[in-house]
Amino acid sequence: MKKRANTSVWGLTLLAFSIAALARPQGLSESRTAAQRLRSEQPRSAASQGLPHFRFENFTTANGLPDDRVYAVLVDGDRIWAGTNNGLGLYDHGKWTTYTTKDGLAHRAVLSLALDKRTGDVWAGTMGGLSRISGGRIVSYTQLNSGLSNDVVYGVAVEGDNVWVATAAGACRLNLRTGEWSLYNERNTPMVEIWVYGVSAAADKVYFAVWGSGLLEYNQKTAGWDKYEDPDGETELVLFKDQGLIHDIVSSVSYVDGVVWAATYFGDSRYDGRYWHNFLTKDSGLPSNFTNFVKGVDANHAWFCTDKGLAYYDGANWAVYRPSLTTGKPEMLIRDAKGREGQVPAATAPAHNYILGIDFQGSDIWVATAKGLSHGILQPQRSEAMK
Amino acid sequence: MSRRCMSDSAHCGAIFALACGAALLFVVAMWPAVHGVVHAEAGAVKDGSADYASPLELLLSPDGTRLYVLCQQSEEVRVLDAATYAPIESITVGRVPRGMALSASGDRLFVTNTWDDTLSIVNTRTLAVDATWQVGAEPSGVVEDREGTRVFVANRISGDIAVLDAQTGAEEKRLLAGRGASYLALSPDGRRIYATHIYPNPAPLRTGLENRTPPASEITVINTQRAEVVDRIPLPSIAGVFHLALSADGRLGMVAEFHPKNLVPLAHLEHGGGFAYTLTLFGADVGKPVEIPLDEMERYASQPFGVAIAPDKSRLYVTLAGSEAVLVIDIPRLLHFVHARPRPASGSFAEDLAASGKYFAARIPVGHNPRGLALSSDGRRLFVANRLDDTISVIDTRANRVASTIALAGPKTVSTLRRGEQTFYSARYSFQGQISCSSCHIDSTFDGLQWDLEPDGFGIDIVDNKMLEDIKDIAPYKWNGGNPNLPTECGPRTEKYFWRSENYDNLQLTDLVLYIRSLPARPNRSRLPGNETTPAQERGEAIFQRTVDRFGKPIPETNRCSYCHSGPHGTNQKLFDVGTRKPTDSGGLLKTPQLTNIALTGPYLHDGSARTLEEIWTIYNPEDKHGRTNDLTKDELNDLIEYLRTR
Repeated sequence: MKKRANTSVWGLTLLAFSIAALARPQGLSESRTAAQRLRSEQPRSAASQGLPHFRFENFTTANGLPDDRVYAVLVDGDRIWAGTNNGLGLYDHGKWTTYTTKDGLAHRAVLSLALDKRTGDVWAGTMGGLSRISGGRIVSYTQLNSGLSNDVVYGVAVEGDNVWVATAAGACRLNLRTGEWSLYNERNTPMVEIWVYGVSAAADKVYFAVWGSGLLEYNQKTAGWDKYEDPDGETELVLFKDQGLIHDIVSSVSYVDGVVWAATYFGDSRYDGRYWHNFLTKDSGLPSNFTNFVKGVDANHAWFCTDKGLAYYDGANWAVYRPSLTTGKPEMLIRDAKGREGQVPAATAPAHNYILGIDFQGSDIWVATAKGLSHGILQPQRSEAMK
Repeated sequence: MSRRCMSDSAHCGAIFALACGAALLFVVAMWPAVHGVVHAEAGAVKDGSADYASPLELLLSPDGTRLYVLCQQSEEVRVLDAATYAPIESITVGRVPRGMALSASGDRLFVTNTWDDTLSIVNTRTLAVDATWQVGAEPSGVVEDREGTRVFVANRISGDIAVLDAQTGAEEKRLLAGRGASYLALSPDGRRIYATHIYPNPAPLRTGLENRTPPASEITVINTQRAEVVDRIPLPSIAGVFHLALSADGRLGMVAEFHPKNLVPLAHLEHGGGFAYTLTLFGADVGKPVEIPLDEMERYASQPFGVAIAPDKSRLYVTLAGSEAVLVIDIPRLLHFVHARPRPASGSFAEDLAASGKYFAARIPVGHNPRGLALSSDGRRLFVANRLDDTISVIDTRANRVASTIALAGPKTVSTLRRGEQTFYSARYSFQGQISCSSCHIDSTFDGLQWDLEPDGFGIDIVDNKMLEDIKDIAPYKWNGGNPNLPTECGPRTEKYFWRSENYDNLQLTDLVLYIRSLPARPNRSRLPGNETTPAQERGEAIFQRTVDRFGKPIPETNRCSYCHSGPHGTNQKLFDVGTRKPTDSGGLLKTPQLTNIALTGPYLHDGSARTLEEIWTIYNPEDKHGRTNDLTKDELNDLIEYLRTR
């Protein structure tokens, strides 16, 4: 039987790492002073020991990947789906298979992927519509042949009987039971701009990352909407830190364990329903404020896919995995809760700095980059000191 | 641009009426009086005098002592003593039942009821309905897994397979199956469920050929432990797949299917036939799936439906619903043929009408419209449900002959409607017994295909097949409105273009037309209970009824949705040019089609070029000739479609 992608495995693994650092807060904003005090008491090497180390194996067209430009990655048990610029790749039993428009795919460029964990169906958002891959059969929905609002599908999520879709012209929902499409745009939501870049759905709420219009929240029970915007307005200045969304140009959202992780092109945010916490390069371990994608492991751990590397946050400490921006050599940068920075020896790195997506396979990670797909294989803990 | 209305459609109708003869005119004249004795209740077609049983499916109990008979029209399961054939019990189930299966333990019998979307759970000890579970739209096939934890139900309308908790009936999920998902079979080892579907899957790609792409179907393969689709066995060029059987060793599977020849150049009976009737074999015994014909050189095996394999894998039995016979195939000879004959690249021997002689063992005449069958555990007795005779043929498989016929309790007379239905389903009237009405109007519906029906040149006037539900008051008929009434449509036109053989006599035609007129519309699943409407449906109806466009400009009456699609059936029965004429069409005027259950009848437009309702307006209405729609937002178009789905 196939293994399923399991964020709880990640949570357990990382929890074990974090125990060493005693740095996992119950909520960042909940008791920041206490958490900071605890972290400050840890030895200097604890952050390094608590952060995961990976050996990266990279895939490109040279070893079967359909295209080196990988926009999205999805773990489906033992199988890996890669949304590339030139087809949907499936890695199964060491072999790549490519699905293209000839197979019924809506468009060659696959921007987003989602797994229906109940049925095993994969949903692919493309530049030309939405495709459902089910047992090898591909059914595609476009703005011409269905109620899909727009063919450019930036994000897709499956929750229960609903498929939620983020498009270049608003969001929409396909009810798989009734076949009904519901569209959400400036006419019936607080959305000002209609470029919806990402969606994350759970049984209680659905969040939309809207480029230029902040973060939208849909309450599944009441069918009501809430909107979260940058309290500073559209300026890139951060006048009100931790008082709201970091910026209105939201590129990605991940809703897990009741916590929202939001990525923007000007920093990232975490929202627990009451408190906001913002992340910027100047006061966190983020390698860049330009974040393409975010995926929360749980309420306190998250991965950030930026234009300058892949970043991991464990609630206190940060790690960045990338080829060096100057030498191109693999590097793992770390930053602890006190802001002390260092570097851990790394023999491998993701295929490129420009990171577009991530998914979890047990304790491993799969990373979509601008120049290949990377498999991060978790390595046994070592005890390097910070350099 | 406004549409052009054909003002003198009666001229065309008169020409056909003259050709019909005095007897047919008498039928037309007597229409109201004749129709007065018919009432088609919601559900199966019923005659005013009594309910026929209409046995559709059969099951033997695990110990072989009982025969369960699913009676579709009387809406019950009749339980017979399998030795004496004496009735034991009649169990009333839901409306228009279609499928049944025994639980793994044998203590429960599951029955799908297609018109009230329920599953009846029959206790096989008490022979009473213990529970009724609400399931999906038009549940058809049903099986329980070997562990007794899940029940799988094929939903014909939604084209999926519902996975239910076997104890509570709670639905866990639905799996994407083929369009018109209908029949299920559990593999002997219990690890797989195989599912078939009666309508071809929509073409996945839009090509330059549009409506001239070959149909494609599949066998959906489900892993029962994971309850996930793990494979889809392609059935290229197949449209209409029915029962499936697997050998006891699990090495050979087969499905009964139609192979339509709806593409140029093979479209007419005189040009080689409208169908091949075939089996697709799959499994370890054959390697790659292979299609083998059931037709003989000058005698067709019309409309294969039920299949059964002898326990020792020596014989294969297939009911021919249109040919009123059971085929017996010698499996060792069949496998020898498959392996010895060079296999075409297509994997199909369908065009080789000499092939069947290599493996046929017998063709046994039975009653009208034979459907389900059940084979005794020793393989010696084969029970065949003759749906339109209310009988069960018991075949002695050693002698390959009907040893006895069980008459089910019910009306002793054959009513007008029953005769009409028998005519509808029988292929005896067509050249070489190839087809009947039901070859294209599967289960009195449609087939999802487009046909080049008339010998006016290859590829001229391709037309989409239409649903037969609730069509009694929507004359004229045909897409071009050329037939003024059903007797013309079903009589001379059918005889000339389809049967190429003997004519109906007047009474047969009258019976047939009455049967077709009696076909009701099935319940519309998009309507909420109590005539409630969703906000989207309400908004859509307002668009349907609107008289001004988004800019406040009046919409000409003839360009409003509600003008052409008026009345209870959604048609004003007039002809219009809606801008969809193709270079291969001989005319541009088309009769406004009815909207009855329009959500189910895709593809759309006269030639099936629009795969979905959306495409009617997003692709095929560039000049607003098919209603003023190009001012609509995407939201509004979606609302309009939500409303149309309720019609």
